[in-house]
Amino acid sequence: MEIFVSIIIGALTMCAVYMILSKSLLRIIIGTALFSHAAHLLVLTMAGLKTGAAPVLVDGVTDYTDPLPQALVLTAIVISFGVTAFFLVLAYRAYQELSTDNMEEMKGTESND
Amino acid sequence: MSVLHLAILLPLLAAPFIPFLFRALKRIHTGWFVLVVPTLLFVYFFRFISVTSDGGVVTETVRWMPSLGINFTAYVDGLGLLFALLITGIGALVVLYSIYYLNKDKESLGHFYVYLLLFMGAMLGVVLSDNMVVMYMFWELTSISSFLLIGYWYEKERSRYGARKSMLITVFGGLSMLGGIVVLESIVGSFSIRDMVANQALIAESPFFIAAMILILLGAFTKSAQFPFHIWLPDAMEAPTPVSAYLHSATMVKAGLYLVARMSPVFQESPIWLWTIAAVGTFTLFWGSFNAVKQTDLKGILAFSTISQLGLIMSLLGLGAAALHYDGMDDNIYMVATIAAIFHLINHATFKGSLFMMVGIVDHETGTRDIRKLGGLMTVMPITFTIAVIGSLSMAGLPPFNGFLSKEMFLKATTKVFSMDFFALDTIGILIPVVAFIASVFTFIYSLIIFTRTFMGKAQFDKLPKQPHEAPIGMLIPPAILAILVVVLGFVPNVLSNSLIKPAVESIYPTLVASGQDVKVDIYFWHGLTPELYMTIGVILLGTLMFFTINKWMGIYNRIPHRMTLNGMYDGSLVWSNNAAYRFKDNYMTGFIRSYLIYIFVFMSGMLLFSMWWYDLFNFSFGELAEIAPYEYVLGAVIVLSALAILFMRSRLPAIILLGVVGYSVALFFVFFEAPDLALTQLVIETVSVALFLLVFYHMPDISKKEARMRFKVGNAIVSVLVGVTVMMLSFMTLSNRSLSSISEYYKENVYDLAAGKNMVNVVLVDFRGFDTLFEIIVLAIAGLGIYTMIKFRTTVQRTKGDDANGHEAKK
Repeated sequence: MEIFVSIIIGALTMCAVYMILSKSLLRIIIGTALFSHAAHLLVLTMAGLKTGAAPVLVDGVTDYTDPLPQALVLTAIVISFGVTAFFLVLAYRAYQELSTDNMEEMKGTESND
Repeated sequence: MSVLHLAILLPLLAAPFIPFLFRALKRIHTGWFVLVVPTLLFVYFFRFISVTSDGGVVTETVRWMPSLGINFTAYVDGLGLLFALLITGIGALVVLYSIYYLNKDKESLGHFYVYLLLFMGAMLGVVLSDNMVVMYMFWELTSISSFLLIGYWYEKERSRYGARKSMLITVFGGLSMLGGIVVLESIVGSFSIRDMVANQALIAESPFFIAAMILILLGAFTKSAQFPFHIWLPDAMEAPTPVSAYLHSATMVKAGLYLVARMSPVFQESPIWLWTIAAVGTFTLFWGSFNAVKQTDLKGILAFSTISQLGLIMSLLGLGAAALHYDGMDDNIYMVATIAAIFHLINHATFKGSLFMMVGIVDHETGTRDIRKLGGLMTVMPITFTIAVIGSLSMAGLPPFNGFLSKEMFLKATTKVFSMDFFALDTIGILIPVVAFIASVFTFIYSLIIFTRTFMGKAQFDKLPKQPHEAPIGMLIPPAILAILVVVLGFVPNVLSNSLIKPAVESIYPTLVASGQDVKVDIYFWHGLTPELYMTIGVILLGTLMFFTINKWMGIYNRIPHRMTLNGMYDGSLVWSNNAAYRFKDNYMTGFIRSYLIYIFVFMSGMLLFSMWWYDLFNFSFGELAEIAPYEYVLGAVIVLSALAILFMRSRLPAIILLGVVGYSVALFFVFFEAPDLALTQLVIETVSVALFLLVFYHMPDISKKEARMRFKVGNAIVSVLVGVTVMMLSFMTLSNRSLSSISEYYKENVYDLAAGKNMVNVVLVDFRGFDTLFEIIVLAIAGLGIYTMIKFRTTVQRTKGDDANGHEAKK
């Protein structure tokens, strides 16, 4: 199972990087969303998968899955959501102001106006 | 803080008051106040002669940074005192001269004298510091104050060029010297020069001996304008003439000589020391005198002649090391080289100082320094002419002036290399007297040029910007004093021998003095019919011949194209390095975020894969792994396929929906992984995220709605596959290297007993690790506030709706 999930993580990362390297700002944000999925799965996988029941105390059950990576991933999900939401609004404002979402056109170095 | 320390720092302490004096007392020339400082110091240091002439030393220490071994130790011995007297003595004369040279109404004297006092204090600090770090500090202060003085007339482009050039070259040398100091400290364990001299054997055995020597010598050679670092000195002639006389003939350029003399006891046992210094010095001597002849600017001639004379002293300091290897007679004849070096150092300060002041007078009274325009000034300026003749003939090495004595001693030292049967000096060392002879001939020629072209020949006063007349008496006094010294030292040189030269030479040979050898300094005119006398006669004959046929052989100077000269190379290298840095920057700072992301991704993957290979971590050995159910295969396939499909979506709407599919599938995976809280959160957040994506998509301006297909790019694909494989390898590696058990056993056991909860994940979030949650809430709050401000507050002017659509075109 872990090997299988690792391959999925690799594939997700690959797609995420490819999206991030594209020109469109929206595609870059999609890439970061994919990237965070890969990271969350990676944290869970590294701790080992499905070693027992769900981490809720039930009488008679002694074998639970590891609660710590789950707590970490939960925190990470919320934070990545906050960041993604912020990015999305940033992209929305950038569209409004610059009328483009092409990263190659968003160069502020030379005489841009 | 002793009186000695106060004396060294007196110029620096006096400097802040100068601008106030300049502002407040406009009627009096500020120089008169400044003159007090060097005069007082000269008198103060003069009293030390009685101490040092008996071989005594004065040491005073002020603790500065004791934990680093850096203390301001003032150390007065023969060598330091000689330089201190030169600095303060010539300093007083130069200040007096500058009072008449600089106009108090036209020049900003406040600046000038502050820089000059800074320089004077720095120079005293260099020659009287025992601690090398303190010496280095003063050393760099001389570079900085020299930079300020060269660029004194900063509105002139040539001044700025010269100042920058001298700064770059001397600071390069200074930094090398700092490296040398650090190397020496690491060998000896102390920054004190006396400790280094005492541990000289330790340094000689060290593998870093050569490195330390070369680094220290780089500092000395750049400061003393030795080949090929001499190029800054002619350009430094853009400074006011008092500065040229003081810094660039008598004091600062001798800091390198001081350093070589001071470090001689540390290094001079080695043949490399002797050869490096003697060879560089001798070549500089020749090159400087050779180039001086073609100059048409009087200060240019003097600059190259300074370079040449510094080379002479340098080569003598190198040859002086031979004295350590000679144990024949009691009367160590090789010591004559060092005696000659010290003697010529004093002589050069006197005649070159007077010559510079003479040139300043000519410039001041006629308005030009170009020897092609000058001539026939002898009858108009008789006193200046006398000074010029005395200075030039002393420089040429003619009797009865002091230059003759030191030149004789120099030639004697060079001819002695014939009888040195070590360090290959008896074979290729023969070049040294030959080159010295040729250089002396050129020295003779340019010395004649200085006073014949300026004062003799046909008068052409109509070409001069000003009507020439004799200088005011105050301007003539300082060069006259120096010229009188030239004559006096020529006739009675032995007044110096026991008081100044002997203690200075003894500081250069501490080991010989310790072993009971006596330094005998006895300078007199008539040595008998010696080889050096024949050489002098040869110099005069050949020099006179060449001087009268000068127009026939001047053509040789035009053989070297400008690009191949050292100045051409210096200018070229500045332009080249500037352009190369720009090219380098432009190549990698493309301004496209894609390029930077590629650097980051490739570097990350490269480092990770390399270190995994380096530590041999590719031998994966998985332990017990979880079972896979068939539906999990299906779900995994859905995730991978939809993620891949996103890449090929033509329009963005399906891409967003596919992203939602990935998110929900991940939530399903969380269900299979027995993570109910994660699954819940993921479901909710994925829903909100997709809604947000759609919202942004909906609000996109019209112009961007032209959907562009994502073009397949091989480079991007390679990078993304690389990163994907790296992360996969990382995952495999962690799976196969789990050596420690999880700390989660503690949570599992205590979740109810300590925290009164049954949901372990929630208890970890709010109880065991509650701080994470607190700050995660803050992150969300900041994101919310950020979104609010982005939408509400706008710095740019709000466009109307029509502009918004066509804004892009309208701007073009």
